[in-house]
Amino acid sequence: MLNWLGFERRVAVRFLREGRMQTVLIIVGVAAGVAVVAYISALITGLQRNTLEKTLGAQAHVTVSALDDVVLPARPPVAGSTALVQTQPRVQRPRSIANWQSLVPVLEAMPAVAAVSPMVSGAGLAQRGEASKSIALMGVDLDRYDRIVRLRSKVVQGEARLGPGEGIIGRELAEDLGVRVGDRISLVTGTITDSLRVTALVDLGVRELNRRTVIVPLRAAQSLVGLPGGATGLDLALVDVWVAQRLASDLSQRFPYKIESWQEANSQLVSALNAQSVSTALIRGVVMVVVVLGIASVLVVSVVQKQREIGILRAIGATRGQMLRVFLLQGAIVGALGSTLGVLLAVGLIKAFTTFVRGSDGLPLFAITLAPSLALTVAGIATVCGVLAAVAPARRAAALDPAQAIRM
Amino acid sequence: MIPNASPLIELAGVHKSYNLGMPNEAEVLHGVSFAIGRGEFVALIGPSGSGKSTLLNVVGLLERLTAGSYRIQGEETSGLDDAGLTLRRRAVLGFVFQFHHLLPAFSALENVTLPALMREGRVTPAQHERARAMLAAVGLENDMNKRPGELSGGMQQRVAIARALVLEPPLVLADEPTGNLDRASSDEVFVLMRRMHAELHTSFLVVTHDPRLAARCDRVIELVDGSIESDRSASAARA
Repeated sequence: MLNWLGFERRVAVRFLREGRMQTVLIIVGVAAGVAVVAYISALITGLQRNTLEKTLGAQAHVTVSALDDVVLPARPPVAGSTALVQTQPRVQRPRSIANWQSLVPVLEAMPAVAAVSPMVSGAGLAQRGEASKSIALMGVDLDRYDRIVRLRSKVVQGEARLGPGEGIIGRELAEDLGVRVGDRISLVTGTITDSLRVTALVDLGVRELNRRTVIVPLRAAQSLVGLPGGATGLDLALVDVWVAQRLASDLSQRFPYKIESWQEANSQLVSALNAQSVSTALIRGVVMVVVVLGIASVLVVSVVQKQREIGILRAIGATRGQMLRVFLLQGAIVGALGSTLGVLLAVGLIKAFTTFVRGSDGLPLFAITLAPSLALTVAGIATVCGVLAAVAPARRAAALDPAQAIRM
Repeated sequence: MIPNASPLIELAGVHKSYNLGMPNEAEVLHGVSFAIGRGEFVALIGPSGSGKSTLLNVVGLLERLTAGSYRIQGEETSGLDDAGLTLRRRAVLGFVFQFHHLLPAFSALENVTLPALMREGRVTPAQHERARAMLAAVGLENDMNKRPGELSGGMQQRVAIARALVLEPPLVLADEPTGNLDRASSDEVFVLMRRMHAELHTSFLVVTHDPRLAARCDRVIELVDGSIESDRSASAARA
């Protein structure tokens, strides 16, 4: 096995070493291309991961709720008569999901589902003294809800606790109402009024959410919204966020509920992420084409320059296959060396980005890492591109007529 | 023609044309026939344009003949594909060219070990020793690690001779091996080839313009306008 491509390896390396400046330039060219591809891939992956974490950190991956109230279509007019129909859309009132207690274990048993949390949501007012703010009321089981949005990790003050008469509110809402942890506030929903003691302030990552969110125990919310024993929604966290759309479609076909994935709820974000991915793929494609053309052009020149040497080798017994492999190997070597250098360069660029590009708080904008799998993939593709780029020059070298070549 | 009991190579009615079927078609060899036996030292002479180099390329399996028959060690070569020709070339023939044709990126020793590397993918210690011995035999024991660019023309040609002989092929083809050398170097290289011939019993077919050198060969084939004008022993040629 040690003999494998022994002749081809020796000649390929010598040819590359002989054209030193040419070789260095093309390796640097490949390295630059690989670095750009790896860096952009890592940057976009980091950016998208960060955006998703921020977006999905405060919402469920899939939500299940009761179907909307709809107006039944008017009866079709009798033949020969004309009916003038005008319908008014129904007002959507809080409604409970039928049999939600039975549905929860069914959903939890699904392999794609990581957690299920029932919720009662409604609107109301939070009051303290003369201050009154409109709020989004959420009644949850704290442990279950924590597995959906990691609520405990978002606590900025106090301790997340939802005993009877206790509640958690957004940081901005606390500022607006002038309350601290331990203070009491009143909640008003329709004709029902209740009070709660604030156990914790949370930062959900979106200022507007912080200004409106009040989280209370499930049972308290059921009374406030007027749905005893009910749940207006079920929040699902998934093992893989990207299967949300498919799972939502499957569930919609199986159950008579309104089921929405995070992609449907954030369609503009998904479009932006898709546009980013397409742009990145285009950039990667163009850079790889440039790398291939660069390697090919250098090797074509090398074949022309080395016609005499190729002729000598052919004359003294090198086969066409051996000459073909000499140049394919040169492409592979240039691709592999350029890839290695390019990956190192990308690591340096990422280090520079995380060191020098920081937000107003002095912290890195978001985490970027070059995953070993990504680095290996990019390096592998570049090496394969190197070999592909060498195909045409190698075929040309193999096809050279030795008698003609040695006359040059 | 000198009779050979078991010819190493045998050409019969060989024709070679260029640009076949085109208006500028030209036949360079017109029915050339001769044979070379084992251990012969043959000169191929003739005026410029007589077809010597073309004939040498045909004998060296670098160019295909257009018509006729060419046998190496009894095997017909005209039906062989490129790979077959290359393998026969590798196994049977050694080449010495006018312009040395060494690989500039390889040292003298590496140039001499190239045929072995090409054949087996590696150079065994024994092959290395053999290459060193060949270079020592051609007087380059102190220059083995020099690149061709660091050697004189005569020294480069000696490296080329060592390379041609290292695998002890039955036949060495030399195309004007002294054509690019001064008289002293030319004599030196020719004497070396004769010595190697005597030691290794390798057959030589040497294309030369130099009548002095041709006279020192065992047999002289004269090619004129693509046909063999004469084929006789050197002593007869001198007479």
